[in-house]
Amino acid sequence: MTKDSNSMKLNYDVDSNDFTRAGEASSNIKKILKQLGVASKVIRKVSIATYEAEMNIAIHSYGGKINVEITPKEVQIVVKDNGPGIKDVNLAMKEGYSTATERIRELGFGAGMGLPNIKKCADVFELKSEEGKGTKVFIKIFLN
Amino acid sequence: MELSKVVDELNLEVIAGYNDGKKEVNGAYIGDLLSLVMSKAESNNLWLTIQTHLNVIAVATLVDVSAIIVVENMEIDEDTIKKADSVKVPLLKTKLSAYELASKLAKLGV
Ligand SMILES: Nc1ncnc2c1ncn2[C@@H]1O[C@H](COP(=O)(O)OP(=O)(O)OP(=O)(O)O)[C@@H](O)[C@H]1O
Ligand SMILES: [Mg+2]
Repeated sequence: MTKDSNSMKLNYDVDSNDFTRAGEASSNIKKILKQLGVASKVIRKVSIATYEAEMNIAIHSYGGKINVEITPKEVQIVVKDNGPGIKDVNLAMKEGYSTATERIRELGFGAGMGLPNIKKCADVFELKSEEGKGTKVFIKIFLN
Repeated sequence: MELSKVVDELNLEVIAGYNDGKKEVNGAYIGDLLSLVMSKAESNNLWLTIQTHLNVIAVATLVDVSAIIVVENMEIDEDTIKKADSVKVPLLKTKLSAYELASKLAKLGV
């Protein structure tokens, strides 16, 4: 964690397939926002967005990072992974679309609602992906 | 309504993370697909589910449900129990189905 007078930055590594630590980054982000006295409505949006992004890295990617910057105006979340990327981004954004395996579905994932959930919670949302390279999700949530 | 009242009246088994049961309970949500629970469950809801993997604890804390109630007497992973204790999420259990429990909750006025 680094902090200057106006903003706070949080950085998390998320490993592929690591369900024992699943949700740790998002839980930690939530705790910090609570300590900062951020409104519970905003905390809920950030929690949902970071959790879904974190689980997508763990489930669908080879591993990645979540970088969060909290300013007096907004929470900015940048999620980047090391591949494999998404072939059809429009399809991935559709509610109900999922490539999750049977094993993953048994754990409760794979409703195909993660990306749509993130978009719903975000004031600014961008999904960029390149097959073979990786996926980047950019999220901004305003504090009021 | 206080969580302790729900636990007593409906004879729920306390598995972990319970403390004194003073948490407020308001409504319930039934679901086993985590990203649906994330978007639909509201804070202070009871969450009725058959999911018992470690992931349920993160979901419960992120949306602030007042308790997880595992229905159908599903077996709960040891890791889940430990985590519920460490982050203090009440983890409860019943042999009733989600439907049976939900109708009792409704009668109780949850
Ligand atoms: N970081 C990623 N890397 C590669 N593919 C991804 C990534 N994130 C999402 N996808 C693809 O997009 C699909 C839809 O993602 P979304 O999060 O909406 O649903 P899901 O993860 O399958 O299920 P849920 O999030 O509801 O548990 C995924 O099934 C997967 O094919
Ligand atoms: Mg997902």
